[in-house]
Amino acid sequence: MFMFFQKSDPFPGPAPIPEDRLQKFKRKDKLKKPHRKQHKLRDIIARSEDASEMAQKQAARFDLLLPEEAGFLEGDEDEDTCMISQEDIAEAVDITSGAKYFNLKLSQFGPYRLDYSKTGRHLLLGGRRGHVACIDWTSKQLMCEINVMESVNDVKWLHSEAMYAVAQKKWLYIYDSNGIELHCIRKFNDVLRMQFLPYHFLLATASATSFLQYLDVSVGKEVAAICTKTGRLDVMCQNPHNAIIHLGHANGTVTLWSPNQKEALVKMLCHQGGVRSVAVDKTGTYMVTSGMDKKLKVYDIRAFKPLKSYFLPAGAACLSLSQRGLLSAATGDVVQVYKDVCSMPVTKPYMAHRLRGTVWGLHFCPFEDVLGVGHGDGFTSMLVPGAGEPNFDGLDANPYRSAKQRQEWEVKALMEKIQPDLISLDPTELAQVDQATWEQRHQDRVEVLGFDPLAKEKFVPKYKKKGRSSAGAIERRKKQVAHEEQRVKRKERERKKAALSTQKSALDRFKK
Amino acid sequence: MAKVSKKKASKKKTRSGGAEQSNEGHPDVVYDDEKEEDATDEDITVEDEDEHDERKRQKLLEAIGTLSGKRKKTLGERSEAAVHMSEFTVNAEGEGDKVDLSDLIGSIEKTPGLSGKSKKRLKNLEQSRKTIECPLSKQESERIRRDLAFQKVSKEVSHWKSVIRQNERAEQLVFPLNQEPSGPKPIERVVMGWKAQTPLEQEVFTLLSANKQPINDPILTPTEEASMKAMSLEEAKVRRAELQKARALQSYYEAKARRQKKIKSKKYHKVLNKAKSKDFQKQFDEMVKRDPAAALEELNKMEMARMQERMSLKHQNSSKWARSKAIMAKYDEGARKAIQQQLEVNKDLTQKLVTSLNKEEEETMEEDGNADVVPDFVNDAEQGLDFSNPWMTGKLSQDCVEKETSNAVTIRAEENVAEEEEVEETEEEVLLREFDSRRKRRQAQEADAAVILTEEEEEENKDASDKEEEELSEFTSLFKGIAEGCGEADTAAELEKELKIRCLEDEELLTQDKEAEEEEEATDKGPVVPQHPPATENGQKTGKSRKRRKGIELKQVLTKGAQVLQVPFAPTIEDAEDSEGKLDQRGLIKEAFAGDDIISDFLKEKRKQEDAGKPKVVDLTLPGWGEWGGGGLQPSCRKRKKFRRKMTPPPPRKDQHLPGVIISEKRSSSIRLHQVNALPFPFESPSVFENTIRSALGRTWNTERTVKKVTKPKVVTKLGAIIEPMTREELVKDKNRASAGSSSSVKS
Repeated sequence: MFMFFQKSDPFPGPAPIPEDRLQKFKRKDKLKKPHRKQHKLRDIIARSEDASEMAQKQAARFDLLLPEEAGFLEGDEDEDTCMISQEDIAEAVDITSGAKYFNLKLSQFGPYRLDYSKTGRHLLLGGRRGHVACIDWTSKQLMCEINVMESVNDVKWLHSEAMYAVAQKKWLYIYDSNGIELHCIRKFNDVLRMQFLPYHFLLATASATSFLQYLDVSVGKEVAAICTKTGRLDVMCQNPHNAIIHLGHANGTVTLWSPNQKEALVKMLCHQGGVRSVAVDKTGTYMVTSGMDKKLKVYDIRAFKPLKSYFLPAGAACLSLSQRGLLSAATGDVVQVYKDVCSMPVTKPYMAHRLRGTVWGLHFCPFEDVLGVGHGDGFTSMLVPGAGEPNFDGLDANPYRSAKQRQEWEVKALMEKIQPDLISLDPTELAQVDQATWEQRHQDRVEVLGFDPLAKEKFVPKYKKKGRSSAGAIERRKKQVAHEEQRVKRKERERKKAALSTQKSALDRFKK
Repeated sequence: MAKVSKKKASKKKTRSGGAEQSNEGHPDVVYDDEKEEDATDEDITVEDEDEHDERKRQKLLEAIGTLSGKRKKTLGERSEAAVHMSEFTVNAEGEGDKVDLSDLIGSIEKTPGLSGKSKKRLKNLEQSRKTIECPLSKQESERIRRDLAFQKVSKEVSHWKSVIRQNERAEQLVFPLNQEPSGPKPIERVVMGWKAQTPLEQEVFTLLSANKQPINDPILTPTEEASMKAMSLEEAKVRRAELQKARALQSYYEAKARRQKKIKSKKYHKVLNKAKSKDFQKQFDEMVKRDPAAALEELNKMEMARMQERMSLKHQNSSKWARSKAIMAKYDEGARKAIQQQLEVNKDLTQKLVTSLNKEEEETMEEDGNADVVPDFVNDAEQGLDFSNPWMTGKLSQDCVEKETSNAVTIRAEENVAEEEEVEETEEEVLLREFDSRRKRRQAQEADAAVILTEEEEEENKDASDKEEEELSEFTSLFKGIAEGCGEADTAAELEKELKIRCLEDEELLTQDKEAEEEEEATDKGPVVPQHPPATENGQKTGKSRKRRKGIELKQVLTKGAQVLQVPFAPTIEDAEDSEGKLDQRGLIKEAFAGDDIISDFLKEKRKQEDAGKPKVVDLTLPGWGEWGGGGLQPSCRKRKKFRRKMTPPPPRKDQHLPGVIISEKRSSSIRLHQVNALPFPFESPSVFENTIRSALGRTWNTERTVKKVTKPKVVTKLGAIIEPMTREELVKDKNRASAGSSSSVKS
């Protein structure tokens, strides 16, 4: 006797998505369904909920397509990772990665500042004594090399590797990748530090005359010039999350600026001495500062609260945070890299490296496990395992893009340019209703109508026969519906509390 | 009369002739008229001549009349049309008296062909004196017609309602509506258009058709398919009618029940109840034979009712009414009867059910019942003492445990099987109770232990957390201290003084702490005299310092609490900045004391900002009003107080609890231009609206499918296709679809 087995799917339906991954892509909280009477609103809400749920699920599913994982250097037992030398690492890793450790000996034009392009492919070096060079550093191909015959304070790539800005002794200059001078911007004088906001196409500059200026590089106009009245501005960084500029001052404060406001959005007292360096991580959660008081501090920049405080024996002159949250700090001629400074208390650096001269500039290369250090004796490219983001977004910053792709990207990026008006501490502010105006309008409407259309209807008990509408009964019925909202809230709270209390702790096993 | 008709006929003729010329639409009418004309041709010619003469004569008379000069009263002015003349010069005989039915049907008597039945009917008609109501006025009748027409049309239009709503609610509408679905077509449909051509194919098809095999659709015949697809209209109608009927019946029943319930007559209810109980008895008897299980259930129910009755005092003689009746019973026959009746009810309800198992009990119950008949109030007490009553024993067992157990032991021998069960139950209860008490005792002990434990833990925690708290609240404490200080001292100078004093205090505090520790170590020295800060401080300040003991200064936040990092190799080269500005001793000192003025500067700035944000008190006093004014004269204090207007305080600052942070309270207007400030229609609260637009739509954050779904256009039209208005078939199709959908949903 033959048995015919029906082929059935042992795992019917779509594959389940892990809860934590779903949580990672959560868009919004669920809303309570409105009353059946408001069926249009109900439909809209249901639709938006559907869409967001679908988006969340799909994103969680597609997370699978990010196959690369970040790894870290792990020492043997009783071996400190910070004692492993760069040469050893370069020898141990594969040949292409090993080639990423190199030194450029440029002792003539004195300490160097550097900048990596957004894709991490190109390196820009600016020597204090006028030497400017841009290099396709992975292939070690020199794109251009010039001497501007002036002191150079800072160098910065603009939106692509075709243009870069150089803050020279007096003015700000813009060169193209062949070293041809495109612009000399006389409005921007004595610039000491620069930051480029890639999604706004804004070049923010901080000058010795305590001016913070914004240049829109897409139209070549000065967007804002703010006199900060805080003296020489030589400490600057940006918050990549909300495009706010952080400035460090000699009086130990860090100030936050947007081009829309003439005064500082926030002023924080961070150090007892002057602030030497500031860095903000990619998610805009943590800010790391170092000061003259030889401290290294970690702040929760969303709540403006201090989280950690470390004492560095020699203090840190330069700070840089990598995409994966590694912190590099330079003290004198030593570069230290710390892991998990923000979340866990740290006692030892993850890596350390001694250089030939004093460190002048420090930058992690995006999408690579590389830390570029500009110092008095040239430039060193260090290997720091686990520093770069392993998965890149090909539409945003593709390290392997061709010239054509770059052009396409440029057009798209220009079209999606965010106006400088929209820079604010909370990047989601645009999606919020302008509460003050709304309230004002509502009040006007109430005045015109003579009643509040949004006010809740007062509960009028239904008349009932057979003596059930006595005064007492009516009061009772009114009481039943009174303070409904508070009651719901309280119930919710109690429910949560109960849920919390039912969670078993490890000690519960001893209870009887 | 005949003349008139003829004239009309002739007129018709002329008119119809005209009509013939103008309009070919009604040839049949004309044809009829001609026929008629043919029949009466000769008569008309003769009479036409007569008429002609008559008219001529009239004209002549008129002409003569006019000759006399005096205008004769024209006959055209008439009040009663028919009295003087008719248009056709016919005088109506019998004018004025009404026409009777008898006049009209008087000739019936003579006509022989009519049946008796119709004659009888006509007679009846004659006898009835009712007049027919006069017809409604034109306006009214038209209104009614319009109403009816409107109802009809609106009913027709309302068929479309569901479709309209569906389309309104639809996420996306695709026009034209009935499009061929794109993609691969099912094979049957493709085959449909194909015909057998070659002889072989024809042969195959003849074979197939001969065997009645489906040709086009290999699986189902069209009829089968149709039957699969949907319920037929008739079926649907039948089903609907059934449902309707059921609903109607239910509503009737409900209405009836409601009406019955509302009836207040006691007699009616009594009769009803009696009938019901009789019915029930019958049913129960039947049930015992047919379905013993259900009967047992019923029995249980009855038992339950009995228990309830026995528990309540509803039909006892303790109610207010019963007591009053009992008083009256001596004199009033009716009252006595009423009490008797009530007790009867009680007896009925409490009667033990007759089963083979407990007959003895029944007897005892009967005795009880007999006792009940006599209305005396001692009865209850007697029952309470009666141990033979199992119910009462049960009650006692609940009251006190030990007594009950002893009772149970004594009773056990006497009671029958059923009672034994109950006693066992009570025993179980006793056990349970014991367990319970034991558990409670244990819990109490545990709780005591836990309290002690937690206290200890708390103490430990306090020690540990104190340090943290200090660290965290250093800023806060100073901030608070200054906030307190600001009430007393307004100027910045005073503030500075305060700060300095604070610092001093702190140092003292620190020393004090140290001393305290030392003292603790050397407790054997005896009672400790607390060393107060120098006498320069007044009492208030010491109180304040005590307050601040928990948190410390912000100076220490900045200096203390840093974790020292170990660096594998020390830097050999100094920082460029350091080497530039050589750190001599002065620089070192400066660096060491830099913290103080940094902090005080910052706090001053913060104070300034806060003050700027506060609304100022407006002084509206006018000197010289109501009192003397002039140089050197101040308006009175009372007056100044009266005319001082305090503004409402602003909302709390965002940096209220962050001592080391100044957050600007200015709202930037640039983003406000881009924000939504009026909610679109169905939204009423901003939070709901914000929630719906929160998730991102763009390709940067979403997968392609999501983007497509989210940005789907509301209406899609095919390029170049004609969008026809919806036809009636569409409506029917839609209904079918809906019904199919509902049926499928039911299936699933």
